[in-house]
Parts: sequence; C-alpha cells; structure tokens
Amino acid sequence: MATDLATDTFLASPALRPREDDLYGIDAALTEEERAIRDNVRRWVDEKVLPIIGQHYLDGTFPKHLIAEMGELGFFGPSLPEEYGCAGLSNVAYGIIMQELERGDSGLRSAASVQGSLVMYPIYAFGSEAQKRHWLPKMAKGEVIGCFGLTEPDYGSNPAGMITRARKQADGSWVINGAKMWITNGSNAQVAVIWAKTEDGDEAGHSIRGFLVPTDATGFAAKDQKGKLSLRASDTSELVLADVHVPADAILPDSKGLKSPLMCLTQARYGISWGVLGAAMACYEEARSYAKTRVMFGKPIGGFQIQQVRLADMLTEITKGQLLALHLGRMKDAGTFTPQMVSLAKRNNVNIATECARETRRLLGGNGILAEYAAMRHMANLESVYTYEGTHDVHSLILGQAITGLNAFG
Amino acid sequence: MKIAVAIKRVPDMDTRFKIAPSGTAVDETGLKFDMSDFDGYAAEAALQINEKQGGGEITAISLGPDVVQETLRKALSMGLDKAVQLKADAVPFDGYAIAEALAAELKGGSYDLILFGRMAIDSSNQSVGPMVAELLGLPCISAVSQLDVSDGKTVKARRELEGAYEEVTCPLPAVVTIDEGVARPRYPSLKGIMAAKKKPLEVKPAQLGPVTATVAKMELPPERAAGRILGENADAVPELVRLLQTEAKVL
Repeated sequence: MATDLATDTFLASPALRPREDDLYGIDAALTEEERAIRDNVRRWVDEKVLPIIGQHYLDGTFPKHLIAEMGELGFFGPSLPEEYGCAGLSNVAYGIIMQELERGDSGLRSAASVQGSLVMYPIYAFGSEAQKRHWLPKMAKGEVIGCFGLTEPDYGSNPAGMITRARKQADGSWVINGAKMWITNGSNAQVAVIWAKTEDGDEAGHSIRGFLVPTDATGFAAKDQKGKLSLRASDTSELVLADVHVPADAILPDSKGLKSPLMCLTQARYGISWGVLGAAMACYEEARSYAKTRVMFGKPIGGFQIQQVRLADMLTEITKGQLLALHLGRMKDAGTFTPQMVSLAKRNNVNIATECARETRRLLGGNGILAEYAAMRHMANLESVYTYEGTHDVHSLILGQAITGLNAFG
Repeated sequence: MKIAVAIKRVPDMDTRFKIAPSGTAVDETGLKFDMSDFDGYAAEAALQINEKQGGGEITAISLGPDVVQETLRKALSMGLDKAVQLKADAVPFDGYAIAEALAAELKGGSYDLILFGRMAIDSSNQSVGPMVAELLGLPCISAVSQLDVSDGKTVKARRELEGAYEEVTCPLPAVVTIDEGVARPRYPSLKGIMAAKKKPLEVKPAQLGPVTATVAKMELPPERAAGRILGENADAVPELVRLLQTEAKVL
C-alpha cells in the first residue's frame, strides 16, 4: 500500500474562495495555522466573552475570571519563544489573536496587549536570563499579571519629561519615587514595569531605565481611576511610588534610554493596528445583520441607499485595513518593518474602526445606544484607543517627520 | 488505551446553502468547513479517557480529499496523537463504501475502542459507525451520552431516551458512537495548534467499498408563501377566525 507522510506539509490556502464578509479573499493569504488560530480564538470569544461583556461594561468591571483561561489557551505573549512557556507564534498570528480579542472588547485586548507587548516583551528584550526564567512562564499562564508604567499625569505624549526618579543606593539597590497614570491592569497586577530616570552616572547621565517592581512592595499604591466613559470593562489605574525600595537586580539590565519603552510601544501599537479591525468587524457584522432585518417604510433598511453607502464604506475601509495589517505583519516577521509603518497602520486602522463603530451606531438608530448591541460600546472604547499608544495626532507628526524630515514636535 | 476516532469534515451549518448545478450536491462555494460537531464530542471523550488513565494513544481518521488534513490537524491540535487520511477524491454518500474503507484501516490497528460521532451533521445518516462495527465483528453502542471504560475491559454507556435513560454495557474492544453530553470539545491551545504540525499525519489510499446508494436529487424546501391581509379593522375578525378554523385548522 502506497503510504506517505504529510507531516509539515500544509494545504495551499489559495484553494479557499472568497466569502461574503471576505470580499478580497484575504483568508487565502493566511496560512492554515493562522486560520486555525483565528477560528479558535473567535469561538472562544463567541462563547466566553460576548455573552458577558455587555454587563461587565455597564458594571465597570474587568472580567477577571477569563484570565486563567486566556493564559491556558496561550493568549499572553504568544509570539515569544517556547522555552519561556510561550507559543512561539509569528507576528501575523499574534495580530490575529489581538483582532479576535478586540472583536469581543477593546478592554480585553488591552489587557492582553499590556501583558504581552508591554510587560513580557520588555522582560524578554531587556531582561536578564534570570528575570526571563522567573517571570515569563508565569506571565504566559496568566498566574502573574503585569502592568506598564510609563505615562505620568503631566507627561503623556512627551514621556521624555517624566518626573519619576530611581536613585541608586550604596549597596546597588534602588529607591523609586514618582506617579504614573492611565495604567491598564494597574490594580490587578502583581508586577509593574516602571520606567524611571536614573542618576547613576552612566555614560548617558540621566537615563530612562526599566524596573520590575512587585506591586506589594512597601510604598507602592495602585488606585483605579473612576468615572471612565470608555474601556469600562478594563482596569485603568494610577500608580504612586513613594520611596519604593527594590533590589539591584530589579533593573532591566539591557533597557537603555527612552528608546527601550518606545520599542515596547511599537510592539503594542502593532497589535492595536490588528486589534481594532476586530472591533470594526464586529460593528460591520452587526450593521449588516441589522440592515437586512430591520424593516422601516415597508422594507429592510438595508434596501435604502443611505445605509448601503454606510455598509460599502465600512467594508471598503475594513478591507484596506486588513491588507495593511497583514502586509505589516509579514514585514515584521521578515524583520523589515519600521516604527513609521506601525504609526501609519495604528493611525489609519484605529481611525477607520472608530468611524465604523460610529456609523454602525447611527445605522442602528435608537437601538444603537443600547448595551444589548455592541456598536456604542466599541465606539466609546475606540475613543480611548484613538488616544492611547501614541495619539492619532502624535502618529501624524511621526509620519510628517518621516515625510518632510522636519520635526514638528514641540 | 488505544483509541481511534473517526472524523468527518463538514460545512459550517450556520449558512444559507445553495445546490450545485449537478442538482445532487451542495454548492461548496464560499462555505466554511469544520469538524462535525459530534466528532468533536468523540475526540473530547477519547482525550478524557486517556487523561484519566494517564496514557495511551489516540488516532484520528478521516476519509476524503486532501482538505480533510486541515480537520485532522484540528483534532491533533486538541491533543490527539496521530492522524490518518484515507485519501479519496470525494466522500461518497453510501455509508457502506466508507465503512469498508474505515474497517480495512482499523482492522489491523488493535484498537481497544473506536469512537464515532452519533452522526455527521451534514448527511445525518448515522450509519457508518454501526456498519464498521459489523464489518469488524465488534459490539456497538450508539448515541452514547456518558461513557466509562475505566476497568479496561468493559464499556459502560448511558443512552438518553425520551424521558428516560438506559445503561448499556459491552466488552472491549467495541465501537461507540457519541452523542452530545459527554463533554464539550476543548479549545485547542495555541501551543496545541503549533504542536499539531509536528505530529504524524499518514496518507493512505482509501479502499472504498462498492457505492450502490447515490443521491438522485437534492432540493431546497419551497419558499414560504407570502401572507394575506384580510382587512384593516374589527370587520376582518370573523373572516380571520373562519380561515383559522377551516384553512389553517389551528382553532
């Protein structure tokens, strides 16, 4: 009997034909593995997130009970190597996971972005081998949650002006003082990556360095920020560090200057440029389904030109955004991407997602303001995403500088 | 325990089907495919048996063209150990032809337990599992909602009946078809998906039996007729009541 082994061979995706919501056949540009990951995360979000997220949003609570399962399934730091307990996936696969999580809610995706791109990534990129072995496997499983402290009350778009200081003691340990704001996962975290200026007399003089600070350290306090009208299913906190004493090995040894946290942000922004497409897709699907079933003036509202323009605009922008994110992901996997590309993708995709959410909200009429539908929740969430991780305007200036060679900051 | 799970690749049922120009099959354009639901329950049941016993080997088997490899890899990503594709250009309608091919493969495998889904959710034949049992000379229990093989010698199975249930036992090796209720299929972890491509997937030609039953014609249910408006006010009520009694016969 003729027998051959199909191990390590994969089906050619181009055999797939375009579907209703995949007009450009983008599925065919994904590998079998990438599609399997997408379908798997999508099923999880459909079954575990969508039924409960509206209530969490109304209550202003993060669905903490999902963390263990997210860890078990591998959603935290999925593109980091297997030797640290991660899945070792491609950047495209990572983007797809962010997309599917944000199809549920931007708050859920934010939690995973912060854990993976802003805490696990700097430990992986700038940490010692001992730090990596200690933290990464636990963080991959969701046993330890992390937060990222860069932004301060008076220093958002301009992190170089940060006030937080780390002073080196005679025995090599550090004392950190300062305050951080808008910190996702802050009150839920066991460890914080705190960025602070040092005065340790190294070559750079005043240099921004990263520190791994346990949140139960004396002098460390995290307080949830109240009154948010956006990202309500996500914990956002203020951190206060008053004479927090950490040992010499708390510093991330390879973190050097502002470039280090900005590298983390590039990772997270990359994930956001995918993630928001999930929110946009959720809105588009809601709009399409509503337009086909809601009857007004004797016919489904989808039969009116004005709603068809809305739907056509949404599908066009989502398709462009998907092609942008996928191409960026392939370049990131090939090692040829630049931060300017990420700025372009983050700026464009968040903007179009915000527009899709707003247009869906409008298409849904009065029903669009209810939590029963996803549009207004996504719309309000995306206003935060528009502003965090480099505001839309800051990314305009990054691109402007790349185009003209002239710096328009400050 | 050495377990085989037969798996079928079927279209996602949450869709509006069209009939192909041949008039005897579904138009597959634009359809999404996945593992048949009951086969997912069977795979989960196999995983739980071996996790409880702390060892064993589970083989996923699927018959069809190369696209079934994707479904087999999904089973591998859930945690099954290896996979066999019985390669055929198409999956015939005739369950007996399929059963012969599966039996030929399973015969030499010295499996303790062979699991099927209760039925494939696309063809709803419920026939291949029992036919394979017959061809292999093994006992068969169908539509099982709870399964216990912990003594390694007997199957203790529970079957749901209308308003009651029954417990059925038979010796191993045996063929069991799985209904929902055993356990929801697990989500493959990302590591599981990565690991799946390193697990063995063997491709063999399917030794299909003779195909005698074929689909002659496939038709969609007729469109629902449009409603009638009998009138706008209370005057229409007597006529409505009359029609509900005489025409619709619901009163």
